Amino acid sequence: MLNKTLAELAKGLDQGEFSSVELTQAYLERIKREDSKYNSFITVTEELALTQATAADETRAAGNATSMTGLPIAHKDIFCTQGVRTSAGSKMLDNFVSPYDATVIRQFNAAGAVTLGKTNMDEFAMGSSNESSFYGPSRNPWNTDHVPGGSSGGSAAAIAAGLAPAATGTDTGGSIRQPAAFCNLTGLKPTYGRVSRYGMIAYASSLDQGGPMAQTAEDAAMMMNVMAGLDPLDSTSADRQVPDYTAKLDAPLTGLKIGLPKEFLSANLNPEMATLIHAAVKEYEALGATVTEVSLPNTALSVPAYYIIAPAEASSNLSRFDGVRYGYRCEDPKNLEDMYKRTRGEGFGTEVKRRIMVGTYALSEGFYDAYYKKAQQIRRLIQEDFVRVLSEVDVIMGPTTPTPAFKLGEKTSDPVEMYMEDIFTLSLNLAGLPGMSIPCGMNNGLPVGLQIIGNYFAEEKLLNVAHKFQQATDWHTLKPAGL
Amino acid sequence: MALNRTDVEKIAHLARLQIDESSVPEYATNLSNILDLISQMQSIDTSDVEPLAHPLDAVQRLRADNITENNQREHLQTVAPSVESGLFLVPKVIE
Repeated sequence: MLNKTLAELAKGLDQGEFSSVELTQAYLERIKREDSKYNSFITVTEELALTQATAADETRAAGNATSMTGLPIAHKDIFCTQGVRTSAGSKMLDNFVSPYDATVIRQFNAAGAVTLGKTNMDEFAMGSSNESSFYGPSRNPWNTDHVPGGSSGGSAAAIAAGLAPAATGTDTGGSIRQPAAFCNLTGLKPTYGRVSRYGMIAYASSLDQGGPMAQTAEDAAMMMNVMAGLDPLDSTSADRQVPDYTAKLDAPLTGLKIGLPKEFLSANLNPEMATLIHAAVKEYEALGATVTEVSLPNTALSVPAYYIIAPAEASSNLSRFDGVRYGYRCEDPKNLEDMYKRTRGEGFGTEVKRRIMVGTYALSEGFYDAYYKKAQQIRRLIQEDFVRVLSEVDVIMGPTTPTPAFKLGEKTSDPVEMYMEDIFTLSLNLAGLPGMSIPCGMNNGLPVGLQIIGNYFAEEKLLNVAHKFQQATDWHTLKPAGL
Repeated sequence: MALNRTDVEKIAHLARLQIDESSVPEYATNLSNILDLISQMQSIDTSDVEPLAHPLDAVQRLRADNITENNQREHLQTVAPSVESGLFLVPKVIE
């Protein structure tokens, strides 16, 4: 019963092939047996999972099951989960047992889903490789010498290794799409505001967005049906109707207009990656789509703009970690300032400290116009590029990442090199647009992701576009050797 | 943009971060490289561009001014490092 998609598992539960308790136990056993290779979980919530699975089986027996009832999933350890340690991958929150549930957790619980555990991640979601986690890096099941991507690397590794059929992630600059690409998964970063941020530990509040990571677009649609919607507890959540994301998955793509940005497919792109992207686009042409070249001239500026805006917001958000109300506190503080400084110096890892310092510097007296205001102006230009292009085409396609998964340790010595990894994903967060990554081929035994970008609140269209590709190809069904 | 030791120490103080003496040079190098990357922004003229603070240019949503939260002080203080009589304890602030 393992190695199935959420939709297949839902069918198995419906037809009584197995119970949620049996399914959950099978996953828990596999996690216990296999996860030392991948380090994809920070906390396995065995007791909670079995309690939820038992309740789900009772709900089903009473005839009240819905599409998510009894399905086990994993949650990124950035979503506060009542009674469970919620660490955000940081020593700062290693002792933090959340007193409340994030809205996303509450939604999945209410839908009857089963929580297998909390997945590994870059500390406070700051990273593109999962190497900044306090709990050690997670590893890519396709090749354990390589990173699974980040920051939702544990979620990606767990699904790719068959330790969870699906998981939640968050995406501030590519943290759902890039690990999905590196691990041959389907990941969706929704429009800013589509999924509630309440209880999702904040990194950069104007960019953060939660979303699904799964094996198929169909599964991602099932999860979006649970996650999306207005939340009075998040003042930035969008007050817009939520469609049934599974309803139009099969709609034909005849006449779909695809834009290929020349900046995403420049001569600098790894030629093997470019070949796979062009082959995927050809597949779409066979499905009835038309393709035109488009231009997003400010793409390159998304890196510097992001690395001002995100650290600036992070320096403010992470000021809450002061050793007073929750989390780590240093031993024997001499005075208040000593307590703040040592708590934060000892509790945060190097990359988090670096970003807090960049943000603090950018917001310090006299630098605001040169850095923060300038970055927000560039953000406007990036958004205008997208708005212009998306008035001409339905979706934009290109690579999710410049290369397939790199090796552990390959980029840790130079943060700037690591930041360049995000060049194709950052611009969407700055503009607030939705985007997906879906599998579109293999390069030297490692997966390659096709990125699909749509207009504001066009998640339904994106899932349709991704699903039709997955009906016509089988890249998404490939599994690492031995699975 | 090259930051020196004094700059790094000043920023670390503003951010209330203790940085090991020995790692200050590494921070200086990496932060300087990051600021070099960021300086690419200056290559473009944005004098007539309105800054974008929120991707959907949304405004703050308001609600009726009703009490909606219960008092959960005890529950929420279970995760605090040090608490007494419902108060968070910190090192002595006033001599």
